[in-house]
Amino acid sequence: MPESAAGPAEVLLKVDGLRITVGGERTEAVRGVSFEVRRGEAVGIVGESGSGKTLACRSVLGVLAPGCAVSGGTIDFDGTSLVGLPRRGWEQLRGTRIAAVFQDPASYLNPSYPVGHQLAEQLRVKHGRARRDARADAVRLLAAMGLHDPERVYRQYPHQLSGGMLQRVVLAIAVSGDPELLIADEATTALDVTIQAEVLELLAGLRAERGLAVIAVSHDLAVIAEFCDRVLVFYAGELVEAGPTQAVLHAPRHPYTEALLRVASVGSWERRSLAVIDGQPPHVGAELPGCRFADRCAFATQQCRTRPVALTEQPDGRSVRCRRVDELALSGAGAATAAGAAS
Amino acid sequence: MTHASLTDTSHTDTSHTDTTELADTSQSGVLAQPYAGPGESGGPDPAGTLLRVEGLGVSFAQPGGRRRVRVLDDVALTVRAGEIVGIVGETGSGKTTLARAIAGLTAPDRGRVHLAGEDIAGLRGRARRRFRRVGAIQFIFQDPLRSLDPALTVGTSIGEGLAIAGSGSRAQRAERVADALRQVGLDPAVAGRLPAQISGGQRQRASIARAVISDPALLLCDEPVSALDASNRNHILLLLDELRQRLSVGIAVISHDLSTLAGIADRVVVLYRGRVVEDGPIAEVFARPRHPYTALLIASAPDIHGRDRHAAARLRPVGTSRDPASRRTGECVFAHRCRFATDACAETPPRRAATDHPGGDWVVACHHADTWRDELDTAPAPAASRKDFPT
Ligand SMILES: Nc1ncnc2c1ncn2[C@@H]1O[C@H](COP(=O)(O)OP(=O)(O)O)[C@@H](O)[C@H]1O
Ligand SMILES: Nc1ncnc2c1ncn2[C@@H]1O[C@H](COP(=O)(O)OP(=O)(O)O)[C@@H](O)[C@H]1O
Ligand code: SF4
Ligand code: SF4
Ligand SMILES: [Mg+2]
Ligand SMILES: [Mg+2]
Repeated sequence: MPESAAGPAEVLLKVDGLRITVGGERTEAVRGVSFEVRRGEAVGIVGESGSGKTLACRSVLGVLAPGCAVSGGTIDFDGTSLVGLPRRGWEQLRGTRIAAVFQDPASYLNPSYPVGHQLAEQLRVKHGRARRDARADAVRLLAAMGLHDPERVYRQYPHQLSGGMLQRVVLAIAVSGDPELLIADEATTALDVTIQAEVLELLAGLRAERGLAVIAVSHDLAVIAEFCDRVLVFYAGELVEAGPTQAVLHAPRHPYTEALLRVASVGSWERRSLAVIDGQPPHVGAELPGCRFADRCAFATQQCRTRPVALTEQPDGRSVRCRRVDELALSGAGAATAAGAAS
Repeated sequence: MTHASLTDTSHTDTSHTDTTELADTSQSGVLAQPYAGPGESGGPDPAGTLLRVEGLGVSFAQPGGRRRVRVLDDVALTVRAGEIVGIVGETGSGKTTLARAIAGLTAPDRGRVHLAGEDIAGLRGRARRRFRRVGAIQFIFQDPLRSLDPALTVGTSIGEGLAIAGSGSRAQRAERVADALRQVGLDPAVAGRLPAQISGGQRQRASIARAVISDPALLLCDEPVSALDASNRNHILLLLDELRQRLSVGIAVISHDLSTLAGIADRVVVLYRGRVVEDGPIAEVFARPRHPYTALLIASAPDIHGRDRHAAARLRPVGTSRDPASRRTGECVFAHRCRFATDACAETPPRRAATDHPGGDWVVACHHADTWRDELDTAPAPAASRKDFPT
């Protein structure tokens, strides 16, 4: 936990008013997103596919695809401004102080070299270890990632390893430089559930061990609930709700968060109600005069559709982008179902 | 790969797989009659049993080698008319192979597949073609583009079988397509669109329409919602639930995700490395699984209200698990990852009725099904959730 007797930990990453355009300048896929990550804190980003989660992460890593660009806002990492940072600056940050793991570990490894060599190479070139030490350190790191027989894994090629083992190797590479911030974008989505649990536990362990701050992205609320201190809910390129994970998941204050919770696999295994959100999110970049969720919102009024809605700070420490936040008494579907499960 | 130890050395020539589509009507001159359905065929199965799979085995030739890899071993399951059976298992456990073998797309080398009393695994030649033409079993894939041709309008794809069979007039066929679209909750106007012009969720509905137009007895859905977000997933699951009630169709839903099945399935079949390790009523299985692997699956699933990490950790082996490649012939398939393995587990555990379910509606394949929990309760909780994490 980032909070201690000495007060909240220092801010490590500050994203302010971030805007990202894709495929031509007019299409704004991330529309003024602001958030902070403190040292050692785990922040989760959830939202439907296409809501801008990956773009936001990639901009923090400085690896936006061609055709995508930061068109507004600032990103500050421990005093360094990341927007427009020259290549030399990135070399001192990426893979060292900021690291990342994605959904498809295989594509981040070279298929023609044993995985251990790739890890040792990283330790040697990027982190200046002597060749001999690099090998020993690599084996130790592989073991620390929960890989059994690390000596053998060291010599294996990517195609010889399962998805879960590959993700552990990529995690080993990511944390080899003792980063301060780890970005995990759908890092466990492709894994079998028993392996996902192990990798999530490993991530939680790494956090505790190393005081690592994490930005975890998932379309699955339950994965975020597993180990994030705070959660950011994205909808159609905007932040619609942000706050402490448990508070947000137990008592959502934005109608979209509540809808997400209702459709998610909540608590009870025995029988889950199958709720749906009618309609589709607006097209990426659509310019709407009012709330972007209005077409799917059960509480929408005429005003919602015609006037822009601001993200407002709530007395309970949350931020919510809903004009009716004070009048709505949302069900907190998650909590209701949990009670049902207990009976 | 890690299956080396699963090989057996039989050389029976059953490896040819047949990849023709199920609803292949190209041989047909007349519209096949809807499948007679269970109960009317006078088969040996108890009332209501639509699909009965027994002792099913599938093996594949290893590339280049003479050895065969056993992918399914002694698989048994049943699906009743109007019932939804979930089939869950990790990647590579054999779920897709099982569905393909049931549908006759992959030839099993052992066992029987009875549909309404008729042994369909044994069908050959003309009988097999006739069976396929009837369309009694329909497949729904994860990617609807496997059943919807991207170059054809949705309506053409859905009505393809009827058109090839030359059944009815153009107008009548169009009406049946519109009907099928309404059945799955789509506007009949969607018939005129191309698959690329509708959303992923709508495409999956359209592929379900294509399946239900031939009035099938059994739907095999292989990861039907894995590519969809939670809301669209629930839309499709609700639709399947509605179809089984309205059409009395039996449905097998394959998923690697328990929460997908929790919403709709009546029973769950848990597959591990090609064997059924547990099969029972889903709510009861989820509440109190009898097999250590099922228990691990459930304890590993992330939960919005916080998962008990110790629960999962207590089900994992103390120390690190053995390399799956080290599996000994005849050993329990789960032994290399099982915390409760003993010397007895060197022998494949038989499937046995759960002690309090003597009727056989809940079966478990574990030597220690009745006792592993006792050990669990007395075992000290591991100090950390990851023992092998250095401190
Ligand atoms: N390289 C790209 N070119 C064009 N559009 C893109 C690109 N990357 C993302 N987008 C668009 O931006 C939106 C947000 O994408 P993304 O951040 O990947 O969403 P998420 O990760 O939340 O699923 C999507 O609508 C997507 O189509
Ligand atoms: N046509 C085939 N030839 C050889 N091996 C196959 C073939 N199809 C599947 N397999 C193997 O059988 C095992 C089970 O595969 P599959 O049924 O696709 O599992 P699942 O659907 O549960 O992920 C895997 O190890 C896979 O590699
Ligand atoms: S602003 Fe209006 S439309 Fe938007 S979420 Fe709130 S109530 Fe719904
Ligand atoms: S038979 Fe033995 S190894 Fe297999 S699941 Fe039961 S206790 Fe574990
Ligand atoms: Mg993404
Ligand atoms: Mg499969």
